[in-house]
Amino acid sequence: MKDMGEMLLRREGFSEVVIGNTALVRAMIEAGVGVVTSYPGSPTPEIASAIASIPAGLRPFYFEFSVNEKVATEVAFGAALNGRLAVVFFKSVGLNVAADTFVQLPLMEITGGMVVVLGDDPGAHSSQNEQDNRHFARLAYLPVFEPATAAETYSMFKEAAALARSRKTAVILRLTTHVCHAKEKVAFAPFAAARKDDGPRFDVRNGPYVPIAAAVFPMKRRALEKLEQFREYADDSPWNLVFSHGNKKRGIIACGTAFLALNDVLAVAGDRRPDLLKLGFSHPLPRRLLADFLSQHEQVLVLEELDDIMENEIRALAQLQGLAAVIIGKQDIGDWIGEYTPERVAAKLDKVWPGLLPARPETGRDRPAVTPRPPQLCPGCGHRSAFFAIKKALAAGDITVADIGCHSLGFLPPYQMGQVLLCMGASTATASGLALANAERRVLAFLGDSTFFHAGIPGIINAVFNRHNLTLVIMENGTTAMTGHQEHPGTGKNFNGPTAAIPLRRVLESLGVANIREVDAYSQKQLTAMVTAALAEEGFKVIIARHPCMLKHVREQKRRGAWKGVPVSVNQEKCRRIHECVSVFACPSYQLEDQGDVRVQEDLCIGDGSCLQTCPAGAIETRGPGGEK
Amino acid sequence: MKTGKFDIYVIGVGGQGIGLLSETLLRAADHAGQPVRGVDTHGLAQRGGMVASHVRIGAGAHSPLIMAGQADMVAALERHEAWRGMNSYLKDGGTLAYYDAVWQPLNVRLKKEAAVTSEAIGAACSARGIREVRVFRDDLPDPLMQNMALLAEICRLDLVPGLGIVHCEAALKDLLEGAKLEKNLALLRRIVQG
Repeated sequence: MKDMGEMLLRREGFSEVVIGNTALVRAMIEAGVGVVTSYPGSPTPEIASAIASIPAGLRPFYFEFSVNEKVATEVAFGAALNGRLAVVFFKSVGLNVAADTFVQLPLMEITGGMVVVLGDDPGAHSSQNEQDNRHFARLAYLPVFEPATAAETYSMFKEAAALARSRKTAVILRLTTHVCHAKEKVAFAPFAAARKDDGPRFDVRNGPYVPIAAAVFPMKRRALEKLEQFREYADDSPWNLVFSHGNKKRGIIACGTAFLALNDVLAVAGDRRPDLLKLGFSHPLPRRLLADFLSQHEQVLVLEELDDIMENEIRALAQLQGLAAVIIGKQDIGDWIGEYTPERVAAKLDKVWPGLLPARPETGRDRPAVTPRPPQLCPGCGHRSAFFAIKKALAAGDITVADIGCHSLGFLPPYQMGQVLLCMGASTATASGLALANAERRVLAFLGDSTFFHAGIPGIINAVFNRHNLTLVIMENGTTAMTGHQEHPGTGKNFNGPTAAIPLRRVLESLGVANIREVDAYSQKQLTAMVTAALAEEGFKVIIARHPCMLKHVREQKRRGAWKGVPVSVNQEKCRRIHECVSVFACPSYQLEDQGDVRVQEDLCIGDGSCLQTCPAGAIETRGPGGEK
Repeated sequence: MKTGKFDIYVIGVGGQGIGLLSETLLRAADHAGQPVRGVDTHGLAQRGGMVASHVRIGAGAHSPLIMAGQADMVAALERHEAWRGMNSYLKDGGTLAYYDAVWQPLNVRLKKEAAVTSEAIGAACSARGIREVRVFRDDLPDPLMQNMALLAEICRLDLVPGLGIVHCEAALKDLLEGAKLEKNLALLRRIVQG
């Protein structure tokens, strides 16, 4: 088996098939990065997996999963002020959490240099929105690289790091889901390991670092001057390239994976192919290059995934310079939504320039729709058991509020638990508001344990402080499950080793939460009774429903040969076709046969036994460790 | 060995080993000396949802994503997902290779929609000139090896141009080790050698 850790540290150059996230880690090592921080979030956790593949003692830089993105950005910033090249990475919406810190970065002389790696998510593959973080780059006057491939991720990071260090600033490397996860063979350069350096480098004379009142203006001026210098870089950047096909009439400006899709689609356009301008360094825009491109074509399409940011800046440029090219960009709301996949790009070209692409066979027409398969709670998941039990305690009008995490999936049928979902840590305060001016409908919120530490605590303090009336169920599974089982402050381990666990209950008690109940999420009757009781009480009540993430737990136990799962089967003589197991408890292991019989899909059942208590007819039976009845 | 561009859309349910199957195909093509690119589903969807990988072999592919309706082959590990894959990504006249496991989707278990039958898949393949390869074995040592059983049939029937068992073995040796590698290689060889 190829050893990723060995490969990432290899001194000589080599080529390997990798995803963008892995290529990025090699680039960090070659660039001499000193400190890396993050909070887990798709599409970026595999960056940490690649770091984890390097044995702790051999890692050339410090890495931590911080408690949230804001803290991660601050730790990286501090390390960069201490002269270390620092990197922070997180998912798209993580930047909202980090924003208060992030927007201050351009004001600072960041002596070590800092690269902010963003995992944007066009298509909302694993996010609650598909926000376009290029807006934030404009807000913060920070330059942006936008790689399209794993190889570009590797090369652009090294360029971004060099610029960040030499210009004492932060630089954004904006990845998207299908850049982070796209695979290809990348040629890596050799590198010489730097000597370990623990010398303190922070010097207040590099500042000022305190932007208060009038001190803000010279700092802002310096930030804008740096941005102007990056504008000059943009025109000469090797990452902004014209691909000429000798087309005087039509040109297309694109970046990221939309540019790749465009190349696939145009392969059949023959000599009608428009000229292309690929922007790998996309903020600030290269004005000279763009003006030349606009002046050389009658019509220019700005093919821009998500929002119309480049389009508007290019229109402004054309107006300022009196350029006559017809600029085509967004044409309807649909153009703002979703990922620019090859079929989307082909459809856009058909709309803009009919006949450019030869007619394609229509696909998908008259084909039967296929039932969707949304993600779902795993067999044995404690959240399923909790939702099944909690639902029994709720009245018809009661309101349930979800948060971010695996338990968000409870909104799907048949549980339909969690009628509102905003963002990380928002459930308690949202529920507090729902309970105001609401004399009848009781409000119940859910919160995961990793999210509790990330952004959940202020809402809880507020509920105590302002005496709100709601029930909060903390679904404690002992990990950050959704993003791949990272440790959190409650687990007693961090990325680098053991640490003191911060017990959830003690945090709640010290915050002044007086009404706390705890239960194993598999104890369904007890949980139902607790929720019934809590809902009948006034004030702020917390129930900790605890069960380890069974995906993680069973994997770990199996690795040790210690898993004692007892698979179940349905006794067909006792079964009364009530279907509580398959349609209400709804563990995916239960499957419906044509005649209404229920069968256990043995590939799926992990033998957790959480279903045994759910059958009113008592027809679910264990089969013994070997599968025998 | 260089051949024309060949796009494989791999689809199944989170937890079935789609990632290993697609990574093996991609690396096998690399071992066969062909340019490769592709992408897997990571994150949320792996929790029992539909999971797909794009494997693009040969020169001339730029995006990691295959264009809908243009895949030369769909490799599926579950019956409903085979149906989804062929309806969305497979071109007429292409190849559908699927392992006929059934993991009922939510709406089937909730009695809102009917299950897909292998007969319906067969009829649709005939109507569209699709070569249908249905794989099912009751002699697998572990249901998690259904991906290997499908890979072995793909090798045995030479469904991917230029890709042989030797390349798949090399790819598996990149990805696995110890008893797990031996188990998978043994199954691959047993099926390919008939």
